[in-house]
Amino acid sequence: MRKLLLALASATMLAGAAQAATVYPLDRATILVGSPFDFKVEFDAVVKPEDVKVTVNGQDYEAVFGKKAEFVAEEKGAEDKVLGSALILRDMAINEAGDYTVEVSAGGETKSVGWDVYATAAEPKAKNIIFMIADGLSVAHRTGARIMSKGMSEGKANGRLAMDDIPPVAFIGTSSTHSIATDSANTASAYMTGHKSRVNALGVYADRTPESLDDPKVETIAEALRRTGKKSVGIVTTAEIEDATPAALVSHTRKRADKAEIVGMMFDVKPDVLLGGGSAYFLGKDVPGSKRKDDKDYIAEFKNAGYALATDKAELAASAGANQERLLGLFHTGNMDVTLDRQFLKKGTVDKFPNQPGLVEMTEVALDRLSKNPEGFFLMVEAASVDKMSHPLDWDRALVETIEFDKAVAVARNFAEKNPDTMIVVTGDHTHGVAIIGTVDDDKPGEKMREKVGTYDNAGFPNYEDKDGDGYPDRIDVSRRLFLAANNGPDHYETFRPKMDGPFVPAIQNEAKEYVANEAYKDVPGAVFVEGNIPKDEDTGVHAVDDIVLQAAGPGSEGFRGYMEQSDVYRVLADAFALGAAKK
Amino acid sequence: MIKGALTRRRMLGTLAALAVLPLTRPAHATEPLGFGELYKSFGVLGLEFSDKVKRLNGREVRVKGFMAPPLKAEADFFVLTEIPMSLCPFCSSDADWPDNILVVYLGRKQTFVQYNAPISAQGVLEYGSWVGPVTGFVSQLRLRSASFETV
Repeated sequence: MRKLLLALASATMLAGAAQAATVYPLDRATILVGSPFDFKVEFDAVVKPEDVKVTVNGQDYEAVFGKKAEFVAEEKGAEDKVLGSALILRDMAINEAGDYTVEVSAGGETKSVGWDVYATAAEPKAKNIIFMIADGLSVAHRTGARIMSKGMSEGKANGRLAMDDIPPVAFIGTSSTHSIATDSANTASAYMTGHKSRVNALGVYADRTPESLDDPKVETIAEALRRTGKKSVGIVTTAEIEDATPAALVSHTRKRADKAEIVGMMFDVKPDVLLGGGSAYFLGKDVPGSKRKDDKDYIAEFKNAGYALATDKAELAASAGANQERLLGLFHTGNMDVTLDRQFLKKGTVDKFPNQPGLVEMTEVALDRLSKNPEGFFLMVEAASVDKMSHPLDWDRALVETIEFDKAVAVARNFAEKNPDTMIVVTGDHTHGVAIIGTVDDDKPGEKMREKVGTYDNAGFPNYEDKDGDGYPDRIDVSRRLFLAANNGPDHYETFRPKMDGPFVPAIQNEAKEYVANEAYKDVPGAVFVEGNIPKDEDTGVHAVDDIVLQAAGPGSEGFRGYMEQSDVYRVLADAFALGAAKK
Repeated sequence: MIKGALTRRRMLGTLAALAVLPLTRPAHATEPLGFGELYKSFGVLGLEFSDKVKRLNGREVRVKGFMAPPLKAEADFFVLTEIPMSLCPFCSSDADWPDNILVVYLGRKQTFVQYNAPISAQGVLEYGSWVGPVTGFVSQLRLRSASFETV
């Protein structure tokens, strides 16, 4: 009987699914008035063009959208599988705010979606916005950075982080359009476009066709700023500049891995300041180190477009005196090294790229340049490796990255004090499954390392020291240190110690394409095998679905409140800049 | 269980090395080339191949490294890396290759091995940009007519 019911249920579901067209933007989309976007309808069946009916608030769509959509008789999937018919209208805009109901029908398929097309304040509230993202910033990173950097005695922090004095104003939901879980592409894209999307997607709704560059586009904040005014745009990251988070300001692709194309999209929008790593995708394929498949020399292209070029710390400092109006700083062929390696241990790839600047210097230079524009600016600063070190469960490096991020926040706060027409937002883009549960104390009695884990009263306080007062612990391999525990991961060896020889590589792939514990750590004294709890095709720890904390201060920040979807953040930014002010 | 597997692999590795020794070609025919010897300089605007790479261009060399997880089991090329790959750029869209890779085009198909066991690849060294006609994979540094063995 139960089998029969299940069979019936699945038959019903299948039939139901087969009859629903999909409309992009999706139901409950929030759209900035006047912003260009692509409208697409995907029918599950091949339908006749004369049977397709699309109305907007009861009127024929052409009257409201102002254009006729292209009808695609058959969209093709992998191996030329016919996916159904489609209707595509590119680069349209709705110039009147309000609620829009779009109703679509063809054959047996119907779909109705509602859009909230919103206007903004008539006058801008803020002249500048500094949007600071520590990728993957979870509560444990903040707490750990505070304890590691400032110390704690008798239960009270011995100092405050710069971010501690920016009011937490909202909890942000990070889920994507097809999953409760998420990645940095769609999360940053939601912040920077006001539209949620699917894992790996940037500046588009993820459609069903395999091609990654044809998906229905939405406007990014950099494009909106170019369209509506003369503000400058800056992007600063410790990752490759074409990595997901920085790419979110300018890009439209279903695949964040389209890095060569993303560099081209950067070039199209021409942010005034671009600082980060990732030069490999700027070099033509004949240059050793290039990761392009074509001969495009984007170093030359950017220079010809009026960019000063900086490739190390000294050139970045010297760029303040450059005559060019724009600045491109590329400091690594790939992701930049993390603070712990760059500044202290000289591990990672620091021997190859010894003069990389840090996030603080990059933020200072960016603010100095951008603030010369009397019209104001939007600057996105990303501490990318809080995430990139949390994935491999290298918590010490992730915490030191968080301290560096906090120093960049201090730079932003200092700027805002002198320029009170500046809004600062401090947040992550998603969280990681990590928590601080106590300390590891080498002097605690016990044979095995787990006996040296101090919990509750036995945790005590770590003995990091900062005698030189630079905000970073003088050593991270102290005898009583923070113990961060991941709630997920691949098979790996827990060493209970900082990784002094370079970033942790917890698992590597075997010939069966499964990730197995990296035996390089097996013989570390006290190492314990930890069996993974995620599928064996996952190489590292994964993002958590937990909300993230958003902090904000300055004019316009009152728009952040309570629980918000990640896409709602954009609306507050747009409102602060009056990007959807009624045309005079 | 893990321990047992390791012991077995170590033993196999030792056996393989023993078996290979008598077949090793005379030293003058094949020069060893280390991952640390590939580049003269690293820079944001490009890397520069070492004089040794330039000198050995077109000659038979032997390079020790690790086989990155291949595109597919049947492919006749693979990527040799300095350290075992923790990420699979062929499989994961947010993973990327390290700067210093060597693409190995096999002379004849060989059964691929355990990816985190060291191997020694031998073939004719070639540098300069080249796009694989079948895969579209771009390489800067390659071994051609190559073979490999576990070490």
